[in-house]
This record gives sequence, C-alpha cells and structure tokens, in this order.
Amino acid sequence: MAIECLVLGNLSLLFTLFFTSKLHKDFIHSFLLICLGAGQEIGKSCAVVTINGKRIMFDCGMHMGYDDHRRYPDFSLISKSRDFDNSLSCIIITHFHLDHVGALPFFTEVCGYSGPIYMTYPTKALSPLMLEDYRKVMVDRRGEEEQFTSDHIAECMKKVIAVDLKQTVQVDKDLQIRAYYAGHVLGAAMFYAKVGDTAMVYTGDYNMTPDRHLGAAQIDRLQLDLLITEYGTYVHTVLSCPHMQQLYEIQNMLERGNFLKRYVNDNTAKCSIVHKCVAGGGKVLIPTFALGRAQIIFLIIIQELCILLDDYWERMNLRVPIYFSAGLTIQANMYYKMLISWTSQKVKETYATHNAFDFKNVRKFDRSLIDAPGPCVLFATPGMISGGFSLEVFKRWAPSEMNLVTLPGYCVAGTIGHKLMSGKPTKIDVDKNTQIDVRCQIHQLSFSPHTDAKGIMDLVKFLSPQHVILVHGEKPKMATLKDRIQSELGIQCYDPANNKSVHIPSTQYVKAGASDAFIQSCLNPNFKFLKSGSEDNCDSGSESTKALSPLQISDERVAEGILVVEKSKRAKIVHQDELLLMLGEKEHKVQFAYCCPVSIEKLEKATTKDLTPETNALVLHKCSLIQILSTRLSSELSEGNIQDLGEHLQVESFQLSICLKDNCPYRKIGNSHYKSEAVFFCCTWSVADEKLAWKIISIMENFDQT
Amino acid sequence: MPPSAACFQEEHCRGRLPVIDYKYSSVWFMFMKFTCLSKGGGNHFPPCHILDVCGFRVLLECPLDLSALAIFAPFLNDRHSIVPEETSDYATHKSLDAEYVAQKRQKVEKPLDANDLIHAEPWYKTVNNLHLWNVSFIDVVLISSPMGMVGLPFLTRMKGFSAKIYVTEATARLGQLMMEDLVSMHMEYKQYYGSEGSSDPQWMKWQEIELLPSSLRKIACGEDGAELGGWMPLYSAADVKDCLTKVQTVRYTEEACYNGVLIIKAFSSGSEIGACNWIINGPKGNIAYVSGSIFASDHAMNFDYSALQGRDLILYSDFFSLDTTEEMDESAFSDDNDKWEALTKSLRRGDENLEEREKLAFICSCAIDSVKAGGSVLIPINGLGVVLQFLEQISMFLESSSLQVPIYIISSVAEELLAYTSIIPEWLCDKRQEKLFSGEPLFAHVELLKAKKIQVFPAVHSPKLLECTLMQDKVDANIALLPFKPMSMKVLQCSFIPGIKLQKVQLMLKALQPKFVLFPEELRSHFITSNINSFSVSHYSENETVCIPSLKESVEVEIEANLGSQFQWRISKHKNLNITRLKGELLVAHNKHQLLSRKELAGSSKNMPLLHWGSPDPENLLAALSKMDPKRATIEVGAAGTVISAADENLASQVFEALGSILDGI
Repeated sequence: MAIECLVLGNLSLLFTLFFTSKLHKDFIHSFLLICLGAGQEIGKSCAVVTINGKRIMFDCGMHMGYDDHRRYPDFSLISKSRDFDNSLSCIIITHFHLDHVGALPFFTEVCGYSGPIYMTYPTKALSPLMLEDYRKVMVDRRGEEEQFTSDHIAECMKKVIAVDLKQTVQVDKDLQIRAYYAGHVLGAAMFYAKVGDTAMVYTGDYNMTPDRHLGAAQIDRLQLDLLITEYGTYVHTVLSCPHMQQLYEIQNMLERGNFLKRYVNDNTAKCSIVHKCVAGGGKVLIPTFALGRAQIIFLIIIQELCILLDDYWERMNLRVPIYFSAGLTIQANMYYKMLISWTSQKVKETYATHNAFDFKNVRKFDRSLIDAPGPCVLFATPGMISGGFSLEVFKRWAPSEMNLVTLPGYCVAGTIGHKLMSGKPTKIDVDKNTQIDVRCQIHQLSFSPHTDAKGIMDLVKFLSPQHVILVHGEKPKMATLKDRIQSELGIQCYDPANNKSVHIPSTQYVKAGASDAFIQSCLNPNFKFLKSGSEDNCDSGSESTKALSPLQISDERVAEGILVVEKSKRAKIVHQDELLLMLGEKEHKVQFAYCCPVSIEKLEKATTKDLTPETNALVLHKCSLIQILSTRLSSELSEGNIQDLGEHLQVESFQLSICLKDNCPYRKIGNSHYKSEAVFFCCTWSVADEKLAWKIISIMENFDQT
Repeated sequence: MPPSAACFQEEHCRGRLPVIDYKYSSVWFMFMKFTCLSKGGGNHFPPCHILDVCGFRVLLECPLDLSALAIFAPFLNDRHSIVPEETSDYATHKSLDAEYVAQKRQKVEKPLDANDLIHAEPWYKTVNNLHLWNVSFIDVVLISSPMGMVGLPFLTRMKGFSAKIYVTEATARLGQLMMEDLVSMHMEYKQYYGSEGSSDPQWMKWQEIELLPSSLRKIACGEDGAELGGWMPLYSAADVKDCLTKVQTVRYTEEACYNGVLIIKAFSSGSEIGACNWIINGPKGNIAYVSGSIFASDHAMNFDYSALQGRDLILYSDFFSLDTTEEMDESAFSDDNDKWEALTKSLRRGDENLEEREKLAFICSCAIDSVKAGGSVLIPINGLGVVLQFLEQISMFLESSSLQVPIYIISSVAEELLAYTSIIPEWLCDKRQEKLFSGEPLFAHVELLKAKKIQVFPAVHSPKLLECTLMQDKVDANIALLPFKPMSMKVLQCSFIPGIKLQKVQLMLKALQPKFVLFPEELRSHFITSNINSFSVSHYSENETVCIPSLKESVEVEIEANLGSQFQWRISKHKNLNITRLKGELLVAHNKHQLLSRKELAGSSKNMPLLHWGSPDPENLLAALSKMDPKRATIEVGAAGTVISAADENLASQVFEALGSILDGI
C-alpha cells in the first residue's frame, strides 16, 4: 500500500489518518494503467500496469497493418530516458500471436530492455517461429530495412522464463504472478499478478465457450481488484502484402476454438460439415497454408484436427480416409508431441490410448487417388488455391455437388479462393484456356469473435472484481459492453484509449497481529436459538402455528475484540479478557442494580393455573417462584436465553433473585405500595444488556396490569 | 489393521477435545509436532513421517519397502532346477518335531541358499509404525516421488480414510505406472501359487518365522520382531485406480489450499521427474519439507533451493546425504556478508552428476565388453532417470563401436513410461527444456524407438542366457541373487543413490536462514556443530515425537478499510495507547485472516464502554455528577466495582456516562 510506506514507523498515525479520512479513495491509487496499444482498437496489444509501485507490461504486440512507427507501441511513454530496466518489473506475454509478441525482440534487443520476461512453455517454443516468419516477410519479400534480426529473436527468447499453468512465480519480493489456461491458442494464458494485497488478472485473448474438445478458460475464483479483459472482436484486416496476408491468415487459423469446431463436432453427427459431406459420399478439400516456419504451428492444429477426426471416425465407425498432400507432413512434429499436455483434455486422453500418433485413417495422398471413388478428406497446399496441388485437386472435384471445399477467411485477389468467395460463381476461369464448372459446396471459415460479449460477461461475473478495464476492441462495442458490466453487474468499468492512463483504487487492508485468544473466540460457535414466532412476526401467525413452529438455530460467528495501537509498535488485536493483563490493570466492574416489585397474585393468575389452591405467596418456595417467573418471562420475551438456575434467573448478564431485605438499597419504590402480595426481585446487569434488562423489568412491573 | 495401544490413546485424546474447534484450539499454541515413522532405506524406500501443523495431521510419503520382497523366492518357469531334491523336505515343513527344528536351525549357520527363501505368494512390507495411527485422523498426505506413492492404495482403501492427497502431476502418473507394473508382476505369482484365501499365510505364523534364517527373519520382522505387522497382501488394480481418483494433482509450484488455512506448494527436488519438496504455509509459520534432493540433475528439473529461503522450519528428510571428506571452501562458512552469493557459488562447484555420468559410462563400457564377447547384458532397473540416461549413453557407445545390438525393455508399462517422459518438458532440467524450444526430442529414446533400436515388450516369455547383470541401489545383492545360484555370469553392482553432500547441506541450511531445522539423528555426528549457525537444530529419530513451539505469537489479520472507518478510538489515560473495539466477520481463506465489516453489525453498538479499569476518584465523580439534574440514584463505589441503581433507564445511563468519563474503559 502506497500509504503504508509514507507513514511507516508511526502506526497510530497511520490508523487515524487512514480511517478518519473519508476521502482516502481519492488519493490512494493502487493501479495505473497505460495502454500502449489495443486501447479502443485491435491490432497490437500492450498494456502497462502499475500496481503498488510495481510495473508490469502485459503483451508486447505489433500491428500487422502498419508499416511505419505506428506498428510498435510507443515505448517512450514508459520511460522518457529509455531506462526500461528500472521502470519495468517484468514483461508478461499471453500467447504467441504477432499482435501480442511481435514487438518483443525490438523492445529487448533494440530498445535494450533486459529484465525478466514470462510466458508459457508453448508460447516460448512457438513465438520464435512466428517472429522469424514475420521478420522474413518484412525483409526478404518487402525489402524493408530490418527492425530486428534472427539473432535478435534468438537472444530475446533466451531472456524468456517459461512458466507452467498455475505455477506461482515470485518475480521479486513483492510481485507474484501466475498463469491460467485461456483456451484461445496452444499455450495461451491469462495472467494473475499480485503485489501486497492488490491483485489483478490480465486475460489476453481467451475462449469462454465450453467445448468438448477445447477447454474453455479455466481460472480460480480469485479476489481481484482489477480485471483487464480483451474484447477482441475479429475484424478482417486486408494487408497490402500478400505474404503478410498469408501470415495473418495462418495466425487466425490458429485459433483452434474456431477452426476445429467447424470440422469436428461430435455431439450430433449431423453438425459437422465434414461429416455431412463424407456421409453423402463426397470429397472434402481443405486448402492449407504452407509458409515458412509458422506452418509448424499450423500443422499442430492440423495434427490436432487429425487426432480428433481419426478418433471421431473410429467412434462413428467411419472408414473414410484422411489424406495429406505432399508438402505437408503427417509426421507428428516434435513441438506438438512435447506440448500435448497443453492441448485439450480430450486430445490428452486420446493420446494416452493412441500412443505415438499412429492414426488409423490418416494416409499420404498421391495423384492417382484424385479420381479414386468414395469419400475422403484431403489437406492440400496452398491455402488460397492459387496454384499447386490444391488447384489441381480443385479442378477435378469442383464439378460434383457432393464435394466440399473450405476456404480461409480471406483470399488475395486473383486467386481461385478469392473468386469463389465473391458471389456464387458457377463457372471459373482457371486460366486462359480452362474453364471449370463449380457445383461443389463452398464453405468459408468466417471467424467469430475471439470471445463474445457473453463470454466476457460470464468471466466478469465469475471473478467479480472490483473494477474492469476493457481493451483490444472497437470503441462502440466496448462502450456497450462497458455499460452492461456497470448496470448488470454493478462493477466499475473503463475502456481507455491508447496512451491514456486509468487510475484505480484498490481495496485497502490494514494489518494487525491477532492473539490466539481472539482467533479462538472468533471461531467459537455462537448459537442463537430463535423461536420462529418472534416479536416481529408473531402478530401475523396464530397461536396454533406458533406452537408448532420449530426452533431456529443460527450460528453467526462474530469477531469481537479490541484493537490496540501503541506508538511505533505493530497494531494488535486482543480478546477483551487479555486487555487488562496487557495494560497491567484491574477491572473495575460497573454494574446496574434494580430491586423490582412483582405482584404475586397477578403473577399466579397469569401463569400458574395448575397450582394447588392452598398455595399462597408465603409458603411458595423461592424456587417455584423463580420458576413461575421464568415461564412467564419466556412467553413474553422474544430475545435472550432464559436460564432457570434454581435460586436465581439469568438472561445474558442479567441476573435476578428474590430479595428478602426490608431495606434494599436498590429498591426505588417503598414497601408500602405493595404490602404482602408483592415479592421483590433484586436484579443486576452490566451495560451490555442494558436494553434487555429494562425490558425485563418493565415486563415484571407490568404483570399486574395485564 | 490390528488395534493397538497407540490407537486407543489417540481416540482418547480426541474425545476430550471440543469437536467443533479441534482444528484450532487444541494445538493452536504449538506450531508443529513431528514424528518420524520410518527412516526408509535407499531411494526405493523413502522415509515416512507424520506431522501436526496447526492441528492438521499431515502424512509425508506412503512408501513400501520393496527390498523386503527379496525374502520370497522368485517365480520361475523352471522351478525344479532351482529347488532340487528338497521339495519333499519343504513339504514336511509343517511338522514341528524338535529334532527337525534343530536341524533347520543348524542349517541357518550355513550360508543361505535358495531353499531358505519363502516359497509363497509374496506379501508387501508397509511402514509398520503407520498402522499405529488412525487413518481417519490424517488430514493431508504429501507425496514427493513415485516411490513415495507405491504404498498409497493400502491407505486409500481403508475405511474412514478421507485425507486430501497432494501429488505433482508427473509423480502421480509415474507412480501409477509403477503400481500397475507391481500389480501385473504380482499377477504372475498369483497364477503360480494360486489364491491363498483371506487368512494370514502360512509363512507368517510364528513357528515358520522362527525357522527362517536370521538374515531373512530380520527383514521379515525387523530388529525387535515388531515389523511383522506391516506385511500386507498386495492391493488390486482396482485399488490403484480408486487410489488415483482420490489424488489431487498439482502443477509445478501451484498453490493448493487446504481448508482455507494451509497453503501447500511443490518445488522441484531434482531427484526424479516430478519429484518435489514441499512448502507448507500455515497461520503460525511455514515449513519446508526437503525430501531426497539433488542440486543438478541430468534429466529432472534442478533442486529449487532458493524457494526454501527464509522459512521458519526446514524439515530435512534426506537420510542419504553423503558424507564425503571432500574439502569444502572454508570461506563459504565464515563469509557472512553475502551468504546467498557464496552458497550459489559453492553449490555449483563439485558436480554431483559427474559422478553419475562416470558410473553410467563405466557400466556402458562393461556392457559393450560383454556384448563384444558375444554375451547379453541384463540390467534390472528401478530409477527412471538412470534408465533414460543409460539408453542415451549405451546407444552412443554402441554406435561408436559400430555394434548392431538390439536393446529390449521388458516391462508392462515401459511403452507408456517412455511416451510420458517425452511430453513433460515442464519437469525437466534446463538442458532438456532447451531441446523443446529448438524442436528436438527431449530424450534420445524417442528417436531410438522410432529407429527400432529400442524394442519394448510387456513381458518376457523365453528365458535367456544371462551373462552379465547389473544391480542398482543398496539391495542386499547376496539375497537378491540367491535363487539363481550357482551362477556363472558376471555381476556388476552399482549404486545410484542420489544425495547431497553433507557439507553442502550445512552450507545450504546456513544460507537459507531458517529459524529451526529438524535433522536426522543418524547424521548428527557428521554435522559440524558450530555456533555460527543462526538456527537451532533438533535431531529426530524413528518413532519419537519432536515438538516445535509456536514461532509467532500472533496471527496476522487484515482489517478491511470499511471496518476501520467504524472504529471509535479511545486513548488510554496512561501508556499512551490507542484502543478501539472492533466487531466484524472473520474470514479465513487461503491462509489469510481477514476481518470484514458486516452490515448488520455496523452501528449496533452505542459506543458504550463495556469494560472499565482503574478506580474512580470520588471527588471527580461528584464533580461529574454535579453537572446532572438532581434526581435520586444510588451509586456504590467499591475498590473492585461500582453499582449504579436508578429508578429509570435514562438516569441510570446518565450516571453510567458520568462514571465513564472519569474511568478508563473500552
């Protein structure tokens, strides 16, 4: 807590200052967020959060749509003097997409940040593949000057500390971080960060849709002051460079949630478009990208798809072959094998029985199979059917309406893919001389949002943080969601623009040492027996229901103690009984007393109908008088536990016994008023039960009036 | 489980305590109570302890003494060749005539032979002292290595067992494979001997035990004959399955929270894939439990000792720390300025795995020699890490000597085991993790399997000629090889017991700066007792309870700011104390005590002091009372207390307030 640092060493001052100030929320800021990217836009993610003085950069992405300085976040906002090591505690990368990791080598190798960087194992393994491809496209194909080199990527990745899911990492003495499964792409994680008492979660992209194959995001119910969540609506960006476009497409295809779901849905066999097609005897062509090293990642997805299809085929008892064209390898690549525990539960289980990826239905394709009869599924390159094998197969399969061709989200103009997507052509000119009939089904992979508004609402509701910040989304949509979060969930919500900062207060706690006696007293059961027909509602209920109503038992444990603050010492919470010992003082007991007259005749009449007639006030035994009183009181008193202890009656600290003294000092009304038919009861109580005591007295004094 | 005196005592203790608050009240003032149940033996039989933290009973490890299996004759296809002409003698075992016993006894003096072994379906030796505890009172079980898990099904199948078992994901998987292997191995015995029925087997009868040669008897019943109760018939495959459903797996340094009070975290110990040390965080302090650890491993993730820094108590449970006379840098002990730096430097020095590598290289070269001579090599194994590295080394050796020799692995679970090790980079050493990042297989066996250089079989069905065998671990080789005698093959015994050098342990403890250290009594003599230690050391031995007093006198409580705003501060007349009553709700979660405000409690109190101290000065009291309207009230002022009596509520409380103004109170 910032404030604690200021006044450390004088705790009593701290307490007074802290607790008496009604305005404390206005001057204590625990969070400070600066969006360097992804504030009210999509493209590059980069948020710098300051929690109680610790600064974390979440994601370090680049914008694939810009070629100029706008492609990188404006790092100068972190530190004008560019002393990044001292101004950042650590960098956390949520997943390997370029809009989340693209600027990292630039930041570490060119800008000179050398502090800790955290990401999950798969992200650390796959990020360099994406970065290398990106670099290549930039330099080799666009002829741009290098922003960073291959060596830069390698050096940068050496600085990365890989973390496991749920692994609790102590970044430094005060800062703790932890990764949670986000389900978006392989290795995607949400990150929890805690400094002192202040805690937050940064989600990155995540998948909240429960799905049998892909785990939805999994996070504990944490006590959070702040949740920063991405609202990554998918907006298709058309990039000027076709190679960059391909990279971009691959990246988007990597969203397993959307990709795999389209092909395999085993809940109902009819749902899978692939299944529908092969069941009708058709052939399925899935044009696939094969570009640079990123294809390894893409193959991971294909691999997973194969496992799922193969397993699905098995269960559906389908004997439809799955083929791979040359150029794609069906060999499980090492990355996928090693990272299998990071994929969905389903795949993990399948792996355990499958062993080492021997697919029963997956085979290599060769040209002779193009015209082979019967259904099949074929993965072939290139992705936009711009030539090569996928075009060759397309030419043969397109004329049959039984077949299916799936297309990526975007195809560069001039490719067959592009032509297929624009309108519903029945004839396509493959080249100058060839024209083919297109009767097959065309399915385009249109990407739905990363996480829809419902997903975000679900997560926010589940975590119930004190505050929410929305990033990585379009302004109008975020504004709508912001309103929903505020109105439906009652949680303060913000959607800052780029390079704007948000200040957020956090829940403040003051620490004190509690004695054992105090803790024990808090944990002691505090049973309360309430008759259901208590004062408030007995009017409505008739006598009969009152008799039947069961006794209500509540055990509401209340922590009651005394907080002691001594100058320059740690605050202490003690139990009341310990205080005097601590002070070295003796208790001075302050009690109240009252000698209360009760008319015996009235008392008898009211309560003891079954007493024998010869009984009179004088021969009545003390105990039976107390007993009568007890019965009488319990019928009129709704609260308190009346204990009949023979010689006296006790309700909490209130004690009552028969007073035989002629001149009781606590008797306020003379004997003359009552003569022989009155009996005096001496009552004592302590201040805690003041109200109760006077209530009992008034009941007793008013016996004769009822 | 036989009822015992200890068991009774337990129940008795429990009965007297208030049931509801047992967890807190009874042992609140005690930080920890610790009992070593077994110091174990070797890395296949880790030590087993039980400890009491904040009233929670934590069992550390649940191993089996698999070395005791050696007293049973192995099941062999060709039994007659092993037990020649003595079968009739064996059959007359049951007759108890004195002469016969004497004759048998005499035989004991002779060196052991295969007939002395027990020819029956084997039973398994559990930690005997564990049976003295009532399993239903165990709250938490922590398992640090696959070997520490093999006894777990015995526990989980017991009636009343309800403890939460924490195991790392990797350990759970490897432990499961190990148990499944054990069960499948046992099935062969079972088929051979047939089922024995539910009663105690013949060999467990005292008369039979008496007849055993002394060395075998010692294994069967321990030094004092008390350990016979620890023998159990093996669990079933269903028990193993059931056991695993009760296990809560944790990831690397995942925070697991037990009952809102204890936070439990696993840190790598370096001894095996998935093997770990535990940190238990309670309201009264934290404990680091150090199981067998290795600073730098060639396969598993290194010992994360930095996580143990600044703990209240280190429970050191590695009985196999090696005592070497190797000179340690004395300056490391004296240099107080930069302990951590010194430690890291010293610990990195002296490569422990160098020794292991040398041993492996030696074995490989021996194996190559045998192979070159036309022989076969049989390698009984139990350490996973050693196997994985051996496979890498031997294949390199074979390649360099251009030999084409098949390598067979025979185990019902080998295939799964090898597959599993190639998919958990999170638990491997840095060197292997690097392979993940460059897309190479984590272990060489992945490629070797693919190239069919290694072949895996679930079981062996044809006996092979044994030429050379290799023993690992501290098993009594004499007993283990007994059934196969006479043998003509070469036997090479090699110990792979990992352990930190004691000097390093001491150095480490010094740098970690705990307040307390619990250390095995056995290792006391090797430990340099010096007063430079900043911590106090308690030594423990088997079956003795050590109590560690509470280190913190108070529990840290966080008070919510909202609650704070309701405080009404009073300044004590002397000592200059600020005091206030506080009333709220205590929330105990994730080892945090928080005092939260509760709406229904707020504003209910009228800020009337409920407790007074000091003595009222009558003059001051009169002065205070004189400000009031004159009415009739009685005030009795005594040394110990004051009684106020007034005719009505208003007046009484006015007098009370006047009194409060001259007294200290809260």
